[in-house]
Amino acid sequence: MRSLKSISIAFLFSLNIYALQDYSQNIYGTQEKLNFIFIEGGTFLMGSPKSEKGHFGDEGPLHQVKVSPFWMSEIEITWNIYNLFVSREIDNSQVNYSKKNEINIEIDAVSSATTPYVEMSFGMGVENFPAICMTQYAAVKFCEWLSALTGKFYRLPTEAEWEYACRSGTNSLYSFGDNIEDLNQYGWSKSNSNESYHKVKQKKPNPRGLYDMHGNVSEWTLDQYIPTIYKMRKGLTVNPFEIPKKIYPKTVRGGSWMDNPSRLRSASRRPSSKKWKKRDPQIPKSLWWHTDAPFVGIRVIRPLNTPSIDQQKKYWNY
Amino acid sequence: MKNKLSKLEKSRRSFIKKTSTIASGLLAVPLSIEVMANVYGNKKLKLSLIGCGGRGSGAAVQAITADENVELVAMADAFRDKIDNSLKGIQEHFDGVKKISVKEKNKFIGFNAYKKAIDMADVVILTTPPGFRPYHFEYAVNNNKHVFMEKPLATDPVGIRKVLEMAKIAKQKKLNVVVGLQRHYQKKYIDLHNKIVKGEIGKIRSGQVYWNDGGVWVKKRKPNQSELEYQMRNWYYFNWLCGDHILEQHIHNIDVANWFIGDYPISAQGMGGRQVRKGIDHGEIFDHHFVEFTYANGAVVSSQCRHQKGCMKRVDEVFQGTKGSIEIRKGIINDLDGNLKYKYSYSLENEPNPYQVEHDKLFASIRNGGVISDAENGAKSTLTAILGRMATYSGKKLTMEDALNSGLQLVPSEMTWNSTPPTLPDKNGKYKIPIPGKTKF
Repeated sequence: MRSLKSISIAFLFSLNIYALQDYSQNIYGTQEKLNFIFIEGGTFLMGSPKSEKGHFGDEGPLHQVKVSPFWMSEIEITWNIYNLFVSREIDNSQVNYSKKNEINIEIDAVSSATTPYVEMSFGMGVENFPAICMTQYAAVKFCEWLSALTGKFYRLPTEAEWEYACRSGTNSLYSFGDNIEDLNQYGWSKSNSNESYHKVKQKKPNPRGLYDMHGNVSEWTLDQYIPTIYKMRKGLTVNPFEIPKKIYPKTVRGGSWMDNPSRLRSASRRPSSKKWKKRDPQIPKSLWWHTDAPFVGIRVIRPLNTPSIDQQKKYWNY
Repeated sequence: MKNKLSKLEKSRRSFIKKTSTIASGLLAVPLSIEVMANVYGNKKLKLSLIGCGGRGSGAAVQAITADENVELVAMADAFRDKIDNSLKGIQEHFDGVKKISVKEKNKFIGFNAYKKAIDMADVVILTTPPGFRPYHFEYAVNNNKHVFMEKPLATDPVGIRKVLEMAKIAKQKKLNVVVGLQRHYQKKYIDLHNKIVKGEIGKIRSGQVYWNDGGVWVKKRKPNQSELEYQMRNWYYFNWLCGDHILEQHIHNIDVANWFIGDYPISAQGMGGRQVRKGIDHGEIFDHHFVEFTYANGAVVSSQCRHQKGCMKRVDEVFQGTKGSIEIRKGIINDLDGNLKYKYSYSLENEPNPYQVEHDKLFASIRNGGVISDAENGAKSTLTAILGRMATYSGKKLTMEDALNSGLQLVPSEMTWNSTPPTLPDKNGKYKIPIPGKTKF
């Protein structure tokens, strides 16, 4: 036991040497890069008080949550990168097997998304625009594919990780403060989007350097959406994660170009719904695409402490 | 035949009149079976699904959803596994709704399976690959069935002639025929079309219609598969089955041009080829077409469709008129100076699902003794896209008449699993690709 402990401490220490640094992930086989911002672990107040303007019942009560450190992608995943996952044309650029990799999996074993029959950017743009309309299953499989490609463990954030990163130490409505008038400088909502999503990284970032946390596209988290879950948490909750037991509803965060500014608040939560496949004309409806969710996208994280192989697989199969 | 029909028609009309005033249980006049065939009231409507892929299964779900008293009774497909997966998907979707009762003996497999399944139904869903549609539609109409059928309605002009002929007969018989060109059932398109009819942009002089995207699914050849089975599984890439993507997919946009202009083109010329998507599993179709359609009033529509990854994506229809212009995806009408005159107010939540609306209207019309006759337009828009394909394959300017009278027949009249497919690969597994300037059409 003791030896195990010392190994893990040594392991942590070796990681910590560069842990606090942000880094740029090459997408092998392409010119694409994805910047990752280090989010130091810590404790924060999750949710919003009843007194907050725009507060919904599912955001309360405020409660203490502790989150372990991770890196988060600076931007919402763009079509440039997501389409590489859909086409699977760069799979042979997968990183070589190495014990130094956090993860070694056969990229061929990762399920492939189907090609959608309809055009899923809805004419809003592709180059450097955020990918949308993927199901949470597809988002999770994207993370598995990215991990296989790069040898690093990537997954979707939990709701707690997402809100912690979004807030970056703030307790205000938005990570830039309480003044809704300032939102125009930080995010795309219904009031300034001109009925379309926008290229990523056009607005100011949050205090930690993350772009488009408020708006542009809502972002998938891992959690089942349970409106009353905060009420059930007592004292300090460490790394909360509501493991999904059914497909709907899961939680998306951050609000989108289609939402009112209030929906872009740090604490705002939104459930996914079967209706997001309303106009899918096929049966069974697509596992991979939401025909009616042109507002939902992905942001990935990489935890500092890589979980065990068994745990990793769970994160890609919820 | 005509006389008989008109007699039937008269008695049917008087029947409708009577039933509207007299409760249906108190009929004074006995009616022949044929007359009853078209009048349903609240009677259970039996439904058969012909072509059990994802779209067919989806259409079955929509049909079952559309009407209180409908029952899926039979299914037909070339492949057993398609029927099984389809039935499972439909059952799972409804999770216990008692409108699905497909007995083992009513699952029909093979090329001629459609007949037995159609025989059992009042309403049929025709959703096989489009090459077979004319034969299925012919059989359904000859046997007095109401029809929902997916676009396109044929892959060759010989098939179109059959569909046009049967469309007429269906109309005479007062059968309801809905075609899956769902933009005609989509709130936004209907709203914008009304604006055009009201003259908001004047007369349409030109237009651009697009389906530019990365392409669709591919099914790889499997060991021990016969050539015919391979083509049937990977049907998108074979012309006799699919008709090329200018037809199978881009028909939606070409059809909107016809609908908004209110006519069908008289001629077409264009170019196309197979530049990027040309792998072993990509059969014989092009990956891009660009066609100029000319209408009798001089209007010209450019139609472009592309299946190439990494290029500009756009699925849209845009028209310029004598008083302004319209962009359908954006839902806007501008005047000649580019000032916004109208914007369709779109709301994701409140937009009805056009695939459901198709079936809601179909069943309501059947119940109310109405007649929806989509087949003629469906056939003419199908022919328009076929004309476009013939123009890009040949590199020639062709008229609609040329196309219709070409005698081009891609689909054999009779098929069994022992038939030789109409197209065969060479020793390298490659198929003959049309060459502009050399290919006839």
